[in-house]
Amino acid sequence: MMNTHTSQQYYTELRSLKDRLLAMGGRCEAHIRQALQALEHQDAMLANEVTGTDHQINADELAIDDLAVRILALRQPVGKDLRFLLTALKVVTDLERIGDEAVNIAERAEELSSEPHLPETWRALPEMANAAAAMLHDALDAFVEEDAEKAQSVLEKDDEVDEFYGQVMRKSLEYMAQHSARVKAAMGVVSCAKYIERIADHSTNIAEMVVYMVRGEDVRHRGKK
Amino acid sequence: MKNLLSIPLQSDASAGESTAKMLASAVSVSYGTKQAIRDITLPIRECRVTALIGPSGCGKSTFLRSLNRMNDTVDGAKVSGEILLDGQDIYARNVDAVEVRRRVGMVFQKSNPFPKSIFENVAFGLRIAGEKDATKIAQVVEESLRGAALWDEVKERLQESAMSLSGGQQQRLCIARALAVKPEVLLMDEPASALDPIATAKIEELIRDLRSRYTIAIVTHSMQQAARVSDYTAFFYLGELVEFGETTQIFTRPSQPRTEDYITGRFG
Repeated sequence: MMNTHTSQQYYTELRSLKDRLLAMGGRCEAHIRQALQALEHQDAMLANEVTGTDHQINADELAIDDLAVRILALRQPVGKDLRFLLTALKVVTDLERIGDEAVNIAERAEELSSEPHLPETWRALPEMANAAAAMLHDALDAFVEEDAEKAQSVLEKDDEVDEFYGQVMRKSLEYMAQHSARVKAAMGVVSCAKYIERIADHSTNIAEMVVYMVRGEDVRHRGKK
Repeated sequence: MKNLLSIPLQSDASAGESTAKMLASAVSVSYGTKQAIRDITLPIRECRVTALIGPSGCGKSTFLRSLNRMNDTVDGAKVSGEILLDGQDIYARNVDAVEVRRRVGMVFQKSNPFPKSIFENVAFGLRIAGEKDATKIAQVVEESLRGAALWDEVKERLQESAMSLSGGQQQRLCIARALAVKPEVLLMDEPASALDPIATAKIEELIRDLRSRYTIAIVTHSMQQAARVSDYTAFFYLGELVEFGETTQIFTRPSQPRTEDYITGRFG
């Protein structure tokens, strides 16, 4: 995308922005993975690790914003550089929020770690988590590869995650009706499902921006969203 | 680019488009054996600003100069194709080139005031045209200086030499001089390239203001300037028109890779 730039300095700045975004995306993916593991294995220590390292993602956001503002002010980008800059500024916000959702999951995992084993009722949850994590992974891949078709395919997967969310909600309500003593634990699981659903939504936002970045076409708020 | 021929000449209110005040069709210009531009088809829309951009030697200034027959003054220059002004071919045999240049005025890169007073610089075109009524001349001079956003700065010293003005003021004086003969189209060849940022901003502000009354075509090397002042942008490369479109579209999602490469600095 950028390797033919006449100004090497400008090229380096754009490259650096992309690299930082990718590093931040990688960190978000790792945090989600850890938070979900902590939830699945009711592992308080692992959950703590996630909450303890969220500051890195926040620092990523500040550094990326700084660099993007600098490029906007000094280079006044146009064309695909402008679209990349706008994408970066939007994607960084979604990534930071994904980081927050990972922390939320980790916090619930910590609370749930002292509960007895979670019943099979919630077996849709790991599947849902995997689907959302795959959406983020594919959205970031599409960003790296500047692949609008791959980004488009991420948008189509959001419905799947929404369906999982519905399933978890229904099962949880049934479970709570039958096990009133475990409502707190059930609510923790429901919250996690909501956080995962939000991760899928943020991944969708990222994918939409990738389509814009590559094609210059705004596909947000089309259809039922 | 052939589909430009289908651009409607009548205003399309829903699309916010205006009539093409000038329309170049398959225009080629050569200087001796060297072909400078080839087969250019491009509308210059009424009361809009059209920016012509492209690397040095791409033919944008040649095209601009062909719009008011300035190339007639260049030895060996040959123009083919058709350039319509309000539907009339400006290169037709019965058309007076001087009248074309009155209707299609020009402002150059380097301000070129005459070594006369501020007043006489603006009055010059009127006097050449035979106007003798002093009251009328004074009125047009004031209107033109106001039109060029210079009146307030010079009204107390109209008899001083134009050379005493700053570079930016001199350029606006040249615009006032062009306005005095009541042109319909203004051609500007890098009008702010030698000016500081404040003087440039004043010229750009003036262009946006003049746009409501005049049709403007501007050649500029500054991408940002083209983006700021123009409604339409045409990208020229190696004597050909690569892309023409609304400025917002050209600078956010150009359709041609060569345009994208040029505006983002990937050329060379």
